[in-house]
Amino acid sequence: MTKQIHLAAHFPGVNNTTVWSDPAAGSHIEFSSFARFAQAAERGKFDFLFLAEGLRLREQNGEIYDLDVVGRPDTFTVLAALAAVTDRLGLTGTINSTFNEPYEVARQFATLDHLSGGRAAWNVVTSWDAFTGENFRRGGFLAQDQRYERARTFLETVLELTGSWRGDEIVADKDSGVFLRDPQAGSFRHRDAHFDIAGRFDVPRSPQGHPVVFQAGDSEEGREFAAASADAIFSRHSTKDAGQAFYADVKGRLARYGRSRDSLLVLPAATFVIGDTDAQAAELAHEVRRQQVSGQTALRFLEQVWNRDLSGYDPDGPLPEVDPVVGEGHVAQGRAQVRMYRDPVATARQWRELAAEKGYSIRELMIEVQSRQTFVGSPGTVAASIDDLVQSDASDGFILVPHITPGGLDPFVDTVVPLLQERGVFRADYEGTTLRDHLGLPPVGVPDA
Amino acid sequence: MSGPAPHLHLAVALDGAGWHPAAWREPDARPGELFTPGYWVDLVQEAQRGLLDLVTLEDGLSLQSTDRYGPDDRTDQVRGRLDAVQVAARVAPVTEGIGLVPTAVVTHTEPFHLSKAIATLDHVSTGRAGVRVKVGSSPAEAAHFGRRTLPALGSIDPRDPAVQAGLRELFDEAADWVEVVRGLWDSWEDDAEIRDAATGRFVDRAKLHPVDFAGRWFSVRGPSITPRPPQGQPVVTALAHQAVPYQLVGRSADVGFVTPRDAADATAIVAEIRAAQAAAGRAAETVHVLGDLVVHLDDDPAAAVARRRRLDDLAGAEHVSDAWVFAGSPAQLADLLEEWHGAGLTGFRLRPATLPHDLVQVTRGLVPELQRRGRFRTAYEATTLRGHLGLPRPANRYAAV
Repeated sequence: MTKQIHLAAHFPGVNNTTVWSDPAAGSHIEFSSFARFAQAAERGKFDFLFLAEGLRLREQNGEIYDLDVVGRPDTFTVLAALAAVTDRLGLTGTINSTFNEPYEVARQFATLDHLSGGRAAWNVVTSWDAFTGENFRRGGFLAQDQRYERARTFLETVLELTGSWRGDEIVADKDSGVFLRDPQAGSFRHRDAHFDIAGRFDVPRSPQGHPVVFQAGDSEEGREFAAASADAIFSRHSTKDAGQAFYADVKGRLARYGRSRDSLLVLPAATFVIGDTDAQAAELAHEVRRQQVSGQTALRFLEQVWNRDLSGYDPDGPLPEVDPVVGEGHVAQGRAQVRMYRDPVATARQWRELAAEKGYSIRELMIEVQSRQTFVGSPGTVAASIDDLVQSDASDGFILVPHITPGGLDPFVDTVVPLLQERGVFRADYEGTTLRDHLGLPPVGVPDA
Repeated sequence: MSGPAPHLHLAVALDGAGWHPAAWREPDARPGELFTPGYWVDLVQEAQRGLLDLVTLEDGLSLQSTDRYGPDDRTDQVRGRLDAVQVAARVAPVTEGIGLVPTAVVTHTEPFHLSKAIATLDHVSTGRAGVRVKVGSSPAEAAHFGRRTLPALGSIDPRDPAVQAGLRELFDEAADWVEVVRGLWDSWEDDAEIRDAATGRFVDRAKLHPVDFAGRWFSVRGPSITPRPPQGQPVVTALAHQAVPYQLVGRSADVGFVTPRDAADATAIVAEIRAAQAAAGRAAETVHVLGDLVVHLDDDPAAAVARRRRLDDLAGAEHVSDAWVFAGSPAQLADLLEEWHGAGLTGFRLRPATLPHDLVQVTRGLVPELQRRGRFRTAYEATTLRGHLGLPRPANRYAAV
């Protein structure tokens, strides 16, 4: 059976994928940028818009990292405002389960779901670094074995709160004077190692019952967490083989939780460069990669593996002969990707070999290893690759990350979406009103009275 | 301040179906729509038609209750509400001119989160954001967070020194909270974003500042993740009924909402706030003191009085409030406001007893009456909330002069 493709739009983030120096690049803060971006996604009948989050400005070598976009607005506030300028587009916010409290997050997502008519989604992330914790009451430390435990119990608690209203409590009968049918509406009690709370939740049941739940994370615990609790999982596996392996692994875990294979969507992040022809797109993609990885950016990337100050090196020269510093402290803080390099000494060895073989400078190497776009080609080529990856179970769709704010999604919407629609693998128009409708997820059940 | 300004400032406080407990049973009430965006958009657009300075949006971190210290299990009044910051954000793109001031409970929330939320509301509304800071003193509310337990202050004599000390602590924490929020708003200088292609730098990191606040209840490093809002400092407001909160207004706020019973009371309260302001070294700054009033309005004063009585009957008790409850015609209300304005208040926050009726009476009855008397603007003269309030855009505390 032909699968329907799901598409989402990731607002360009605070990393080097976003090319702020392009003449077409606009504000990352002004609401007009968000409105324009969201409206493009809705014009393209996308499932949802996605906002990432970072709760402390990144630092490297003890200073705020200034080569990428810096700064972003508050997630809930932007999403609530976007609900005013869109009608159908899902609104997904990344919200941390470490630096928040369940009662507050539950009312924020329930509110967003009300204000958007059932379009709210929560990407649950967990963080544990003391660096970010310095901005918050509770601080940041969380023992490694408690990270997903806290996220899991946090999510469970939020769903208990949003589920504390069945949806039929408000009568509001002016004649009889009965506003509320149930004097105990919203009652809850939750006690575990992380949260001991009780009382009355104060937001009545929202259109979707609770937000759609997303989980991002590739670790064993992350996959299991998603299989147990999430409606969709984000990943970074954009090659076919890796995507298929991940897809099979995650979907294979669902049965253990009594869930069907279509109850969890696998949605990898993907970048794209579109040209009139494949050749033109390839040329453009090369140019974009050079914009994304300046000489300075290449050195900073290298520092994230070498874990030492390399500012004295020439980015157009050869790789350092010194080895990476292995240890606790890290030159880069507030950045998820540094943890990708679990064995920096081995990475350094591979990179030196690759650079020697191809004659790469530091910058050329970094362009090669860091910055490959997922989809490069003519609209027809890109549409065919996306369709192939979805039909061959490497994913259920993609979260597209444009490199220009706010207009970077337009070429995709204008040229690739119509081709996917022609192929009959992407909706010609929204068929439902809620994000659960778009994602083909069943309604959230109401507990028995 | 030297004598009353010719114009007075007008705000409206929005809460549920209105401030009277039986408001939701009025013929024009929309109690089934309280959780839909259209309801709030209509109300704020109506307030904007009246050229009001701002609307406040009530909020709390517990279900409404007639018992300040816990749920009352009543089923005959409005229960449940939406997060006020998001309601303000939802309304922002479809309004212009009017200030948007959601309530934030400071006792249980992270100043870092609220600072960026209000800064973002200011970006989304292009300079119309404020925040009303509210202390959460209820033990029931504290139990929703499980981080601390609060004593049931209501079960003890409010004059008990222990109660006063507990209250002072909550308000001291609120003052710290405002200090951090304000510091974070300034933690980016206005021109920190440079997008300098020549050097590859997006920001000038010398113009980003840690706030490095360390206090008794929390410490916050900073800088914010959100650039300085359009107003520089969104407007900070607080409702105050007695000495301790008056000090918070004097120390930390741009606008205080107070609840005088008459003109003499208004004069006394304003004097107390001015003294607190001077003690905090802010004598030269503009701090507005707006009088809160619950209003029942009809062109025929007898109709307003009768309506109030009818609502009281429906509710089963006379509606008593922390604020003075007024019933009469817009012209009579204008007389009262002029008198209290003369007593030292710089404006008023009106709490419509019912919605939309009493709001419409404000915008289409009271406002034209005040305009005829030369006491209220006939068009928005500024685009920001600070502008409406005559507050300058402040210099950044961290910027080198």
